[in-house]
Amino acid sequence: MPEQAARRAAIVEYEHVSKSYATAKLRGSSPDAVNDLSLTVPAGKICVLVGPSGCGKTTSLKMVNRLIEPTSGRILIDGVDTATRDVNELRRGIGYVIQQVGLFPHQTIGQNVVTVPRLLGWSKDRQQERADELLNLVGLDAARYRNRYPSQLSGGERQRVGVARALAADPPIMLMDEPFGAVDPIVRERLQNEFLRLQEELAKTILFVTHDIDEAIKMGDLVAVMEVGGRLAQFAPPAEILASPASEFVARFVGADRGLKRLSLSRVGDLELQPATTARVHEDAAAARRRTIADPFAYLLLVDDKNRPLGWIGQDEIPTDGRLTESMAQSMSPLMNRRTTLKDALSMLLDADVQAGIVVDRRGAVLGLVTANVIAERMRETAGDGRFVQHVSEVEMAAGASGGVSGESGAAADAAAAP
Amino acid sequence: MIDWVWIADHLDVLAFRTLQHLYLTAIAVVIGFAISFVLSVWSIRRRAVYPPITALAGVLYTIPSLALFAALIPVTGLRSLVTAEFPLVAYTLLIFIRNMVSGFDTVPRDVLEAADGMGYTPARRLWFVELPLALPLVMAGIRLATVSTIGLVTITGILGDSLGGLGFFIFEAYRHSFLTETLVGAVPLLLLAVAADVILVRLERRLTPWSRPVPSSEGPPIAIVGT
Repeated sequence: MPEQAARRAAIVEYEHVSKSYATAKLRGSSPDAVNDLSLTVPAGKICVLVGPSGCGKTTSLKMVNRLIEPTSGRILIDGVDTATRDVNELRRGIGYVIQQVGLFPHQTIGQNVVTVPRLLGWSKDRQQERADELLNLVGLDAARYRNRYPSQLSGGERQRVGVARALAADPPIMLMDEPFGAVDPIVRERLQNEFLRLQEELAKTILFVTHDIDEAIKMGDLVAVMEVGGRLAQFAPPAEILASPASEFVARFVGADRGLKRLSLSRVGDLELQPATTARVHEDAAAARRRTIADPFAYLLLVDDKNRPLGWIGQDEIPTDGRLTESMAQSMSPLMNRRTTLKDALSMLLDADVQAGIVVDRRGAVLGLVTANVIAERMRETAGDGRFVQHVSEVEMAAGASGGVSGESGAAADAAAAP
Repeated sequence: MIDWVWIADHLDVLAFRTLQHLYLTAIAVVIGFAISFVLSVWSIRRRAVYPPITALAGVLYTIPSLALFAALIPVTGLRSLVTAEFPLVAYTLLIFIRNMVSGFDTVPRDVLEAADGMGYTPARRLWFVELPLALPLVMAGIRLATVSTIGLVTITGILGDSLGGLGFFIFEAYRHSFLTETLVGAVPLLLLAVAADVILVRLERRLTPWSRPVPSSEGPPIAIVGT
């Protein structure tokens, strides 16, 4: 149905949107929750709003479904000003997920999931069918869960139900306010991955709020970094935010380890692979030895007859006559494929006793080599102009004593790594 | 000691007075509930009106019923249902409003935010989200108000034979110093109060299946409500 496909995603535009509170002015604090925000979220993309607390990210989100009305400016969905639409009708067309989930405790999971279809007046049969479909979609066995009450579910299960509920009427837009903030790091990681996989199929336009820069980088097609006072500090794809932060604030917020964070955004397939000098088992040793002498790497990669790596033979270890045998291979490199992130690749190289990693294709055949130098080179090429690098190290030194700006996200990353 | 023959002769009167008692109680509870519901919803939407409303309900609660009857008789008449019901309704207000507002306060904020975010209209949110979740405390208010009104209906017997419910027997027995008739008024009254409480507790359990202690998530799914 082309009609339905067209409904799957929508463009969300902020046009000079501001929100100020008169009471804040009286208290002497900044009256601006959001200050002249203009940005466009393309259809089908995840846009993450990230920033420290008080930066107006949640306010910006809630202005889309008009839980908060802007003081000035407009928000357009597919070109239509949201202020001109009936507020309840608008909200029923936008999925909404919050940190505390907000499931209705007096309704079963099945009833909770089809809240919006019920408001839209779907038939009972269609509601039940949709509830089961959605529960299975988010990885909960419908037969087991549909008649339970929210109090009988774990935090992670409840959050899945929250996502299912937001998807119930197949809205083109989803608003997610720290949706994975209330669950433990292991569950959070799993929910994030599952959600990204789901989004590949659903392709909704998603606005996602978090205070965690790592989550922003992982989840976002686009990241909007906001600073206190409700100003947009930078709006760009995650790789660009990390490579060339637009201001000192952004550089500080993404943290001094932004170089390492960038590693997880690139994959081995992005690199130019080094050629490997290979030889097959049972090949003539003398010929192989001659080839290796010409190679500055000084090692020969022994492969089987399907070009799959067996191990390295040092230049000096190659016999001067006879044939190569499998037992000559002494050490092996870590194996990686094109989808391996540079972060994982570098980690494997640091752990290995050989300085090159072997990249193989799906059938395990050798494609080429990756070295730490090649990875470092790639990082340097894609880095920005380095304007804010000096500031970062100064700030980080100061932050070592006081906790610092990136403390929150750093702590979350530590916790995630702990188990 | 107890005149069983008298009781046997008056069973039809007893039945009539019991029904009258329930009728007078029901009127007071229903009207009191309706007024309190409006005032409670107003209080949770506009917090500033809550203290004056409870203060007023508190003052009404402290006025003795006999004084209230005396004040009302010139206006609404001696044998009038309005005169009888006015104090009964007035006494339920404080109980109802306190419990309703406390009940609405127990509704979690995130639940309300989710409801708003999904496009509930205010009326629909009140009826399908707030009221069900406030129900345990609202029901506690209904129980308290019902039981105390069952007791208070007795005193309307002072307004004349056409009112008073089971209180009719007590006033008459007082005039004749007839113990049997006192018991015919008092014992059914007691049973009525206890029965009303038990029935309302059961009703509350039926209406709030989600708040019952449930087997762990490993147990079988709960499919049947009210077993």
